[in-house]
Amino acid sequence: MSAGPLLLSVRELSVEFRTRSGTVRALERVSFDLHRGETLAVVGESGSGKSVTAFAVMGILDPAARITSGRVVFGGLDLLTENARALRDMRGREFAMIFQNPRTALNPIRRIGKQIADVLLRHANVRQSDVAARVIELLATVKIPDPARRARAYPFELSGGMCQRVMIAMALACSPALLIADEPTTGLDVTTQAVIMDLMAELARARGMATILITHDLGVAAEYADRIAVMHAGHMVEVARTEELLARPRHPYTRGLIAATPRPQARLDELYAIPGSLPDLRGDNIPACRYSPRCDQRQMDCNEALPRSMVGVDHLVACRHPL
Amino acid sequence: MSALLEVDNLSKRFSVQTEGRWLRPNRARPQVHAVDDVSFTIAEGETVGLVGESGCGKSTLVRLVARLLDPSDGQIRFAGSDISIVAARRFGRLPTRAQIQMVFQDATDALNPRFTAFDAIADPLRRLKRLGGATLQTEVTRAARLCGLSEELLGRFPHQLSGGQKARVGIARAIAVEPRLLILDEPTSALDVSVQVIILRLLQDLQRRIGLGYLFVSHDLNVIRLLCDRVLVMYSGRIVESGPTDVVLTTPAHPYTAALVSAIPNMAETRRKRVALPGEPRSPIDPDPSTCRFYGRCPKGAEVCARMMPALIADGQGRAVACHFPGA
Repeated sequence: MSAGPLLLSVRELSVEFRTRSGTVRALERVSFDLHRGETLAVVGESGSGKSVTAFAVMGILDPAARITSGRVVFGGLDLLTENARALRDMRGREFAMIFQNPRTALNPIRRIGKQIADVLLRHANVRQSDVAARVIELLATVKIPDPARRARAYPFELSGGMCQRVMIAMALACSPALLIADEPTTGLDVTTQAVIMDLMAELARARGMATILITHDLGVAAEYADRIAVMHAGHMVEVARTEELLARPRHPYTRGLIAATPRPQARLDELYAIPGSLPDLRGDNIPACRYSPRCDQRQMDCNEALPRSMVGVDHLVACRHPL
Repeated sequence: MSALLEVDNLSKRFSVQTEGRWLRPNRARPQVHAVDDVSFTIAEGETVGLVGESGCGKSTLVRLVARLLDPSDGQIRFAGSDISIVAARRFGRLPTRAQIQMVFQDATDALNPRFTAFDAIADPLRRLKRLGGATLQTEVTRAARLCGLSEELLGRFPHQLSGGQKARVGIARAIAVEPRLLILDEPTSALDVSVQVIILRLLQDLQRRIGLGYLFVSHDLNVIRLLCDRVLVMYSGRIVESGPTDVVLTTPAHPYTAALVSAIPNMAETRRKRVALPGEPRSPIDPDPSTCRFYGRCPKGAEVCARMMPALIADGQGRAVACHFPGA
């Protein structure tokens, strides 16, 4: 896919969480770009900062979080300096998010049609008299059979896959330019996962919508993303085009993740077990390269400042000794 | 290999409450056919995988085999003796309870938050083996060591353990009483890939060392492929295909298996064609016994599929398929 104009630019974003047991440096100097119509997958282990990145872009971080540096530029505006009111107007209309586990993200005691109508009334210029028709139209867009009847259903009456379609319908209600999907198919069956991912890809293509796809599944990222960003312990360690990243990973962690993912050709003893676990992100003793304690390529100078270098066309890696 | 577990024509039906029942008390209650006429065997030391989408009856089948639920019909024989005649509520007091153990899906939910790792592993030993004192101590440490848990971790509570460590505690607890059959219900679905590899290797290693039979439930065919000798594919309460794992996954004969295989995300081939399954499964409430359960979603569905339920037919080489039009 040829890169469209720049839509979102995240620069040097650092986020801290203040907790009882100390300050957690959850994100450190995260930078990436997203172009119109592009799908960027963010992959990494749990706790690597994938969701925190998404929440920071959406401006919905927990009150305990503090953004210590960086800029999030969306369509020429720095979202971090915009006031809350302007952000509320942009959310839903300009960028929308769908969450993991749709059943808990939907209100259990309101009919799904009403919940979609809420979004339309708040963010789109839809008149009260037209809302019902628009809701049914949206449900039809996400291929829910018999939309008029399903609009009156409660979330518990729908399957997990159907609930996720409803979430997508809500997110797409105002045709946003950016959709952030946080583990949209975790907990769904593989067959349902394929249908939901295909639906999202198709709708994104038809509307020229950019997508940030957060997933822990490299397989899903490989199939649907134009580019992949790999996160580890709050650092974005590698960003590259999908084929390039999978064929020629330059960061040891990326290579480890690929080698750890079960695939048809590999036996269990051929899979790689990444040693150790994420480092403690509290206090001041965090190594400069947060992967270095787990890294099998580690060298003496790895605890010096972490450089980021371009190692190919559109291929960024944060490692002193890239592979 | 002799059969460790033999399941014959096992069925489980649940009655569902319907509205207005007090008006027609004599009408038969509708029933969910959760598990319908399922037969399979597990040999000593064998690993059998069970796959299928959520709601297909995997968990019910597993609970029947673990004797946490009573079957409506059929027989479960364990090491030659019929264990399905004992009511589930009594089964917990039989010595056979220790022989069939289970590892639950999400270790975080399955461990008592007020129990230390030691207590979690000691609990079944206390209840089923009546151990105490120094013997208990030795046995807990032995099980923990087999699962790669160091002794200083045993004093910790679940919230002080990582996901991988909790998974190890769940496995140690199950193998502490020396079972012969271990039922694993999606043991790695809550774990990251880096930890998943380690836990899968642990399971493989345990099997080699103590010769357990595994019934391994997962929706991840890539994981099934790594660990299982044979695989059972379940759809809407029935087994639609079974056979050696590599045969079934490389040349699926049932259209549902084919759809499952083609839905696995794959790093090697980006943007492939796949078999899409339209719609949702047929309702499991009082299903028509003469209609194939997959009819309506099946790309091969024909008129005969609505008239006649296909039987599970073995091909003589270990594979069995329930379809009127098997093969690619």
